Amino acid sequence: MDSQTLYPSDLNVEQRAALQTSLVILQKNYKFQRVLLWGKVLGLKADYFIAQGRGEDEMKDRKNLYSLNCVDWFLLPPATVPLIDQVSSAAKGRFTGDPSHVYEHRDIRRRGDGDEEEEVVTKVNEEIRLAVTVHHIEEEVSVVPRGAFVKSPHGLVQINRSFCGLSYSESEKLDSFLHFSKPKNLKKKSLLETSQLNPAIDFLDVLSDDIPKGSWSLQFECGSKVCVLRSLLWLGLTFYHLPMTPHHGYFYIGDGAKNLDLPFML
Amino acid sequence: MERKQDSSEGTLQAVALLKTTMLKQSSKSGLNLNPAADKVMVDSRKLRSTGLHSDVSMKDTPTELELTENVCTLAHISVKLSYSYDHLTRVLIKVMDEQPQDVVDVIEDISRDVKRALFEDKQSILRDLPQTTAAELLAEQQRPLFSRPENNEQEDELQQETPLPNVSEIAFYLEQAGVGLGREEMQRIFLALKQLVESQELLCCRLWGKILGTVSSYIVAEAECREGEEEEEPISDEAAEEEERETETQESDENEMDPLPQSTYKPPPVVPKEPIGTGTNKCVYYVCKEPGLPWVKLPSVSPAQIAAARQIRKFFNGKLEAPVNSYPPFPGNEANYLRAQIARISAGTQVSPQGFFQTGEEEGDEEDEAPRDSYEVNSDFEGVPVNEMAESLSTWVHHGHHILPQGRCIWINMAVNSEDLNEEGEAEEKEEPDEPEPEVGPPLLTPLSQDVEMFNTPPWTSKMSSTLTPQHAVAVLRSNLWPGAFAYACGGKKFENIYVGWGLKYAGEGYSPPLPPQPQREYPSDSEITEALDPSLEEEQALKEVLEEQQDAQEELEDTDEEDEDDG
Repeated sequence: MDSQTLYPSDLNVEQRAALQTSLVILQKNYKFQRVLLWGKVLGLKADYFIAQGRGEDEMKDRKNLYSLNCVDWFLLPPATVPLIDQVSSAAKGRFTGDPSHVYEHRDIRRRGDGDEEEEVVTKVNEEIRLAVTVHHIEEEVSVVPRGAFVKSPHGLVQINRSFCGLSYSESEKLDSFLHFSKPKNLKKKSLLETSQLNPAIDFLDVLSDDIPKGSWSLQFECGSKVCVLRSLLWLGLTFYHLPMTPHHGYFYIGDGAKNLDLPFML
Repeated sequence: MERKQDSSEGTLQAVALLKTTMLKQSSKSGLNLNPAADKVMVDSRKLRSTGLHSDVSMKDTPTELELTENVCTLAHISVKLSYSYDHLTRVLIKVMDEQPQDVVDVIEDISRDVKRALFEDKQSILRDLPQTTAAELLAEQQRPLFSRPENNEQEDELQQETPLPNVSEIAFYLEQAGVGLGREEMQRIFLALKQLVESQELLCCRLWGKILGTVSSYIVAEAECREGEEEEEPISDEAAEEEERETETQESDENEMDPLPQSTYKPPPVVPKEPIGTGTNKCVYYVCKEPGLPWVKLPSVSPAQIAAARQIRKFFNGKLEAPVNSYPPFPGNEANYLRAQIARISAGTQVSPQGFFQTGEEEGDEEDEAPRDSYEVNSDFEGVPVNEMAESLSTWVHHGHHILPQGRCIWINMAVNSEDLNEEGEAEEKEEPDEPEPEVGPPLLTPLSQDVEMFNTPPWTSKMSSTLTPQHAVAVLRSNLWPGAFAYACGGKKFENIYVGWGLKYAGEGYSPPLPPQPQREYPSDSEITEALDPSLEEEQALKEVLEEQQDAQEELEDTDEEDEDDG
C-alpha cells in the first residue's frame, strides 16, 4: 500500500501519523524509489509493522523492513533457500513479538554408518522467521491488476504510467489480476493461450490459475466502487483496486500463518 | 485575389489529378472502374503541365506542385479508394479554408486531424444507455438511512433512552483501538441499526461485528428480544407427522410378509434447544449484507448444531440458504452454521471489565452449584484505570455464558428424558444407563486469567492503544483463540466488544476432520439367519436311507401291532 494514499482501518491514528513521517525518512535513508507499507504481522506480545522499499526494478529490487513502533525500522535479511529450510523445520506456533526470540528444533539424525546418532539442533531467530514469512507471502499471494506494470525488453519491470485502471467488467473477473512474483505457469501455457497475451504486460501468472480454485474471494464493497480480493490461503492478505482509477494496492494483516486447511474449508 | 484564384484552380486541378491517379491505381489493383483510364492519364499530364505554367508565373514557393505531388503520394499509400478520395477532398477543403503558411510541412498533420475529427463526429451521434451500476443501486438503498422521520418530535427523542448505544463514541474508540471498518462505514452501520430497532421494536441492540465470507460478508447485530416471543417451529412438526405416516405404512406392509429383522440401533436422543432468552439463545441476531439492505433474523441455535460446528471448519459463503457440505454433516444450512459460530464466539469472547456486571442477588448460598445465569449492570462500578486493565487479565471477566460440551449452557440430563419419550417401543429389556455426570463449565463472570491456554498460546493479548499518550489511551484486548475478536475499555465505564473476522477458531497446527465412526456390529447371529452349508449329495442319500430304514422299521412295528391286535 502506497505510503501516500489510503490506510486500512486497522491502524489507529497515532500509528498512521507516525508511519507517514517515518516512511519518508526511510525512503531518504535507503534511497528507495518508493516505500510502501506492506502490512502487519501480529504476534502474541507485540506486532511487527512491515514496510517494503522498491528500487529501480519493481520486482527484483525489493527490500523489506520491520518495526515495532512505526518509528524505528530494521532491515530484514533476504530469504535464501537455507534460511527457508531452517525456518520450516524449526519455527512453530505463533509469532511471539520479540525479534530476538529463538526457536529450537532438535532432530536426531544418524550418520552415514548408522551406528552413531547425532543430535542436530536447528535454531532460528524470530527475525529470520519474519523475513521468510514475508518472502513466502510476497511470492504466493501478492496481487497487481493486469496492465499496472510493464516489462521493458531489457527485463526491467516498472510502473505503467498510463495505466488508468481496470474497467468494472474486467475487475469482476479473476483473469485481470496477476501475481507479482516470478511466473511459474507462464511457460507451461500453450501457444494458443499466449497468442492473445501482450508480452509487455502479461509477464506474470494469472490469479485464476491458482490451485485450489476458490482460494481467492473477489468482492465489491460500497456498491462497485472498490474491488476487494482476499486470499484464503494466507488469511489476512487483502488487495484493493478502485476500478477506472489507477489506485491499487495490497496489505497483509494477520498472524503470519499459512492456511493449510484450505481444502477442507472450501 | 489572383493568387487565390490560382490556388483554387490549382487545387481543383489537383483534385482532378487525384481522381485520375485513383483510376490509375484502380486499374493497377484490378478494380475496373473506368475503361478510359489511359485517356484520362493523358489529360492529367496536360493538367499537370498547365499547373506547372501557372506555378512558374508565381514567385512564391511552388506550393501547389508540391501539394499535388504530396496528394499523389497519399493516394498511392491508401488502398481504400473511396475513403481516401473523400478524405483527400476534405483535407484539401480544409487547406483551402485555413490557408496555412507552409502547407507542405503540415499536410500530414492536417490529414490526421481530419481523420480524428471524423471519429468524434460519429461518436456524438450515439446516445448513452442509462445503465444503473451497482454503486448507484446501493446508494439509492442507503439513502433512506439518512432521512429523518417527520412524525417524531425532537424533544421526545432527546429525552427517551434509545436502545442504541452512543454510536459515534464507539466508532471513535474502535478507531483508537485499531479495529473496525472505517468511520463512514461504521456510521452507516449504526444508522442501519437504528432502522432495525425501529422496525422490530427491540429493547436493546448493538453491533456485534462483521463476518467475512467468500462471496459476500455479513454484518451482524445483536439484540435482546421482546418478552413473550415464541418461535414458530412448523418444520419440525411436519417432519414428525411424515415419520408417523411412514411407520404406519411400513407396519401394514409387514403384516403381510414375515417380519424383517428390526435394527436394534436407536439414535441418541436429541438434546433439546434452549428456550429463547436463556443460555445460547439469550440474544437474537440479525444479519445484513450492506448497511441499508434489509436485515434478516437468524434462527435460534440448537445444541446439535453447536456440536457439529465444533467439528467442522468451513468458510462462509455469503448466502444464507447455501448448504454446508461437511463431514460430520451439519444439520442445517448456512444460516444455522452462522448462528452456531456466532453463539460460540459470543460465549468465548464477550468480556467486560470486572465489576461492571454482577450476578443476580436472588441466588443465595444454597445454589452455589447451579450455574449463575443472570447478571445485571452494577450501578456501583467505579471503573478501573486503563493501564491496569491492559496489564493484567484478571481485571476482565467473561460475561458470555460458556457453552458445555453438550451444546447448551445449562446442562440437561438426557437419561431422564429418554424414559419419558420411549412410549411406543415394545417392552424391551432396558438397561438403565449409568447416570451421566453433569457437565460443568466455568461459572459466569470468571476472570480471563483463568482461561486455558490452547496450543501453547495465551488466549488473550492485551495492550494499550497508545504508548505516547497513556493518559488518554484505551486498553485493547485481542483474542488469540478467535482471531478477530476485540474488546476495548476506556477509563470509566465504557467498554465494547466487537468481532471482525472469518468466523473460525484458531486450530493450532492443522485441522484434521473427524474420522468416520466404526462400522456397526453385525446383526446378532440367530438360528434363523445363520448360514449352513447345503448338504452334499452323499449326505442327502445317506439321510434318505436312514429315513427309509426308520420308516420301514416303523411300518414293521405297526404291522406287528396290527397283527398282534388281529391276533389278540
